[in-house]
Amino acid sequence: MNAQVLNDPHAAAAWVARQAVVLAALEKVLPSGALLHRQEETAAYECDALTAYRRAPLLVALPESEAHVAAILKTCHGLGVPVVARGAGTGLSGGALPHEFGVTLSLARLNRILRVDPLARSATVECGVRNLAISEAAAPYGLYYAPDPSSQIACTIGGNVAENAGGVHCLKYGLTLHNLLRIKAYTVDGEALEFGSEALDAPGLDLLPLIVGSEGMLAVVTQVTVRLTPKPQLARCIMASFDSVEAAGAAVANIIAAGIIPAGLELMDRPMTAAVENFVHAGYDLQAAAILLCESDGTAEEVSEEIDRMRAVLERSGVTRMEISADEEQRLRFWSGRKNAFPASGRISPDYMCMDSTIPRRRLAEMLRAIEQMERKYELRCVNVFHAGDGNLHPLILFDANDADELHRCELFGADILETSVRLGGTVTGEHGVGVEKLNSMCVQFSPAEREQMFAIKRAFDPDELLNPGKAIPTLHRCAEYGKMHVHRGLLPFGELPRF
Amino acid sequence: MNHQTQTPTDAALERLIDQVRTAQAEDCGLLIRGGGTKDFYGGALTGQPLELGALRGICSYEPTEMVITARAATPLRELEEALAERGQHLAFEPPRFGTANGAQGTVGGMVAAGLAGPARVAAGGVRDFVLGVCVLNGRGELLRFGGQVVKNVAGYDASRLFVGSMGVLGVICEVSLKVPPIAAACTSVELACGQAEALQIIHAWTRTALPINASAWHADTLRVRLCGAVAAVNSGAARLVKDFGVQVLENEAARRYWNALRDQEDAFFAPRAQAAPCPTLWRVSVPSVHPPLNLPGETLIEWGGAQRWLWSNASPEKVREAAAHAGGHASLFRAEARRADFFAPLPAPLERIHRALKKSFDPAGIFNRGRMYSWM
Repeated sequence: MNAQVLNDPHAAAAWVARQAVVLAALEKVLPSGALLHRQEETAAYECDALTAYRRAPLLVALPESEAHVAAILKTCHGLGVPVVARGAGTGLSGGALPHEFGVTLSLARLNRILRVDPLARSATVECGVRNLAISEAAAPYGLYYAPDPSSQIACTIGGNVAENAGGVHCLKYGLTLHNLLRIKAYTVDGEALEFGSEALDAPGLDLLPLIVGSEGMLAVVTQVTVRLTPKPQLARCIMASFDSVEAAGAAVANIIAAGIIPAGLELMDRPMTAAVENFVHAGYDLQAAAILLCESDGTAEEVSEEIDRMRAVLERSGVTRMEISADEEQRLRFWSGRKNAFPASGRISPDYMCMDSTIPRRRLAEMLRAIEQMERKYELRCVNVFHAGDGNLHPLILFDANDADELHRCELFGADILETSVRLGGTVTGEHGVGVEKLNSMCVQFSPAEREQMFAIKRAFDPDELLNPGKAIPTLHRCAEYGKMHVHRGLLPFGELPRF
Repeated sequence: MNHQTQTPTDAALERLIDQVRTAQAEDCGLLIRGGGTKDFYGGALTGQPLELGALRGICSYEPTEMVITARAATPLRELEEALAERGQHLAFEPPRFGTANGAQGTVGGMVAAGLAGPARVAAGGVRDFVLGVCVLNGRGELLRFGGQVVKNVAGYDASRLFVGSMGVLGVICEVSLKVPPIAAACTSVELACGQAEALQIIHAWTRTALPINASAWHADTLRVRLCGAVAAVNSGAARLVKDFGVQVLENEAARRYWNALRDQEDAFFAPRAQAAPCPTLWRVSVPSVHPPLNLPGETLIEWGGAQRWLWSNASPEKVREAAAHAGGHASLFRAEARRADFFAPLPAPLERIHRALKKSFDPAGIFNRGRMYSWM
C-alpha cells in the first residue's frame, strides 16, 4: 500500500480489509495466476512511463480472455471497485496510474492476432498486441499498420486507441482514429459492445471517435480491427539546414501552402541537434539553428516528383544546406538522430520531462522564443523536437530529479509551455493524453460548462464513475484551486478576470 | 474560461441561445434549419423551426495550416469556392443537394448529415476532417470541442460525435475543417464488366500502388478515377489501358460524371414513381470485399464495394437482414413512407448508451425529435 495509508493505522487497516474482500470475490471468477496482490508483485504496476507518480493498487488482474475481462468488470462493478485499464504501461501522462482502492486491469495477456485480411486490407487483433507486431504480421502481404508512435516496439494497440496515438508519419497517414474500422469493448458492468464496423460506417451516432482517446474512462477495449496500408515502394528524406527558427518555420508553411503533404516533416532545434550528434554521429549540421527532415514516400515516380517539388520550396525558403538521401541506409541515418532524441537527452542530463502539446505550425518561432525566455525564468535548459508537419511539439525540459526545487521548477516550466500553447491557438496535448499529468492545464483549455458536458458524457457510459476515475477531466473544485494558485503566482495573464 | 474558449456571442447567437432556453423551459421541440436540402433524409421533421440563416460566414482560413473555420449556415458552395482559390478542398467530396426553390446546402448541415461523395473510400469520411466544433447544447450552453489542430487528444472527442448526428445532440454553430490540397492530376477510366467481376477488379487494383480515388459500377460498366501525382496518374492510366483495355474518359465528361454521382443527379437516382409498385432507394453499407448481395432490384456500387445503392421492392426486413448478414447495415435513402425506421435499428446496449448521451447533451429532448430514431 501507499506511504500515506501506511502512516495512518485506520486507513491501513481499511485498505487491507478492502483488498481481502475484492481478492476473495475475484478469486471466484479467475484462475490462480491471474491475480497479483503482494507488494513485490504489484510494484511493477505502480506507475506507467510517467514515473514521477506512483501508487499501489489493491490488486492487479491479468485476464487471458474476454470472458475474464467481463467477469472482472462485473465483479468490480458489483462491489463499487474502480478499474484502471493498462496496456504495456508506456503511457507518458499517467493514464495507467493505479487507483489506491482500485484494481489495475492489465490487458497484456490478450495478445493474439486473430485475423489478417489482405484483400480487405484489415487486421483484427486483441488489445494487448503490440503496435509493431501488427505491421510484422501484415508484412508478408506488402501491408503495414501506419501509425508509428515512438514506443511502437512496446506499446499495445489498446493503449494506442486509449490515447489516439500518432507518430512521425501521422501527417500523411492519420492518427489511430483514422486507421481503425471497429472496436470491441466492455462497459463498466461487463457488457460487450461494438463501435464502428468493417463497413465504412455504422447506424446511429458515430461513437468510435468518442471511445478513441478516451483514456480508459468510457469502456475497456478488448479487440480492434485496424486498417492496413500498402507498404510504399520506397522513401527518400531531405535533411535541410536553416540559420534561424523563423526561416525553418516559414519553410514548413511554404511546403504545406505548395500543396505537398510529406510522409514526415520533423524539426530539431540547435541544442537538440548538438545532443543527438554527440550520440549518433550522423553528420548533422551543428551550425544550423534548426534542421528539418522532410520525407517523401510512394512509388519511384511519385517520390521523384515530390522530392523535386520539396527541394524547390526549400530552396526558395532560405535553406542553407540540403542533403537528399541516396539510399535506405543514408535515409535511416538522417532519422537516427531524431529517433534518438530521448536517449540523447538522457546523456546530457540526469532527468528530463518530455512535454507534448500542439500549436498552429506558423506559431513555432514564437513558441521557441517563449521557451527561451522560460529557460531563463526557471533556470533550466530545454531542447526541442517538433512534428513540424502537424504542429505537435515535444519540448524536453532537462533537470535533476534529486533536487526537489528543480523538479518543482520543471513542473512550472511544463505548465507554462502548455498554457502558452493554448494561448497561441493550440491544445495541451497532441498525442500523449491528459492522464494525471495535464489535469491542471485542462482547466485552462476548457470552460466549466465544457468540462461538465464531458463529465455528463462519461456518466452516460459509467454512471458510478468507476472506470479510471480522476483522470483526464478535472473537477470544478480542482480548477478553482488551480486558478487561485496561478493567480497568486502571477502565472496567468489578466489574473483579475473571472474564470472559474 | 481562457482565451481560446471565450466565445464572443453576437446577436445571431444570442437569439439562438434565447430560443433554446425558452424551448427547454416550455418542453417544446425544435427543428434545426439550415438550407433544408436534406429534409428527405432521416426521420420525420417535427418541431418549431430554429433558423440558423444569420449564422454564416468564414471566420478564419489558413491555407498554410490546412484549416478553415466557418459558421454553420455558410453555404457549402461559398466555402468550397474559397478553398478552390487556394488549391484546397474538402477531400470527402460532400454532396450538394439543391432544392426546387434554389436553397443551398450549408456547412453545418453537411456535418450534421455526415454524407460523403465518391472520394470517401480513398480520402476518408466527413468525420476524418472535422477538427473542432462550437455547439449549442440543450441547456443553452455554447461549448467548444476539439480545436483547429489535427493532433489534439485533450478530453473526449466530442466534436466528431456531432458528425452524422442529425441535429439530435445540439446545434452546430461553427466548424473547423481540415482542408488538404487538391490533387495535381486526375484521370478516369472505364471498363465493361459484370457486378461480381467489377468487385474483384476494383479490389485487385486497390491492392496495387495505383492512386485510386473513386470507383462506381452500374449497368455492366465500371468507372474508376485516379488522382495524385501527375506521373503516377499518367503511368497508372497507361498501365490499365495496356493490361485491361480500359477506355480513358475525356476530362470534362469525367468531371460531370463524378459530380452527378456525388449530387445524385445521375440517371440512376431519378425517382421511379412510374414503376408500380414503386421501389425504395436503399443505401447499403457493407465491408467492401463482400460479394454481390443477394437482393432483387437495380444496384449501383461505389466506394470499392462499401456503399451499394439499391432500388428494390424487397421488404425492409429482407434488405436489413442481408446487410447485417454481410457485416453492415442498410438505411432508407429516399422514402416518404416508413420515416420512423429510416436508419437500421441498434442492439440494446448501444441504444441504452444513445439514450444516455442524448440526455447528457439535451436533457429536455428538444432538438430534432425523431430525426434519427423515434425514441431519440
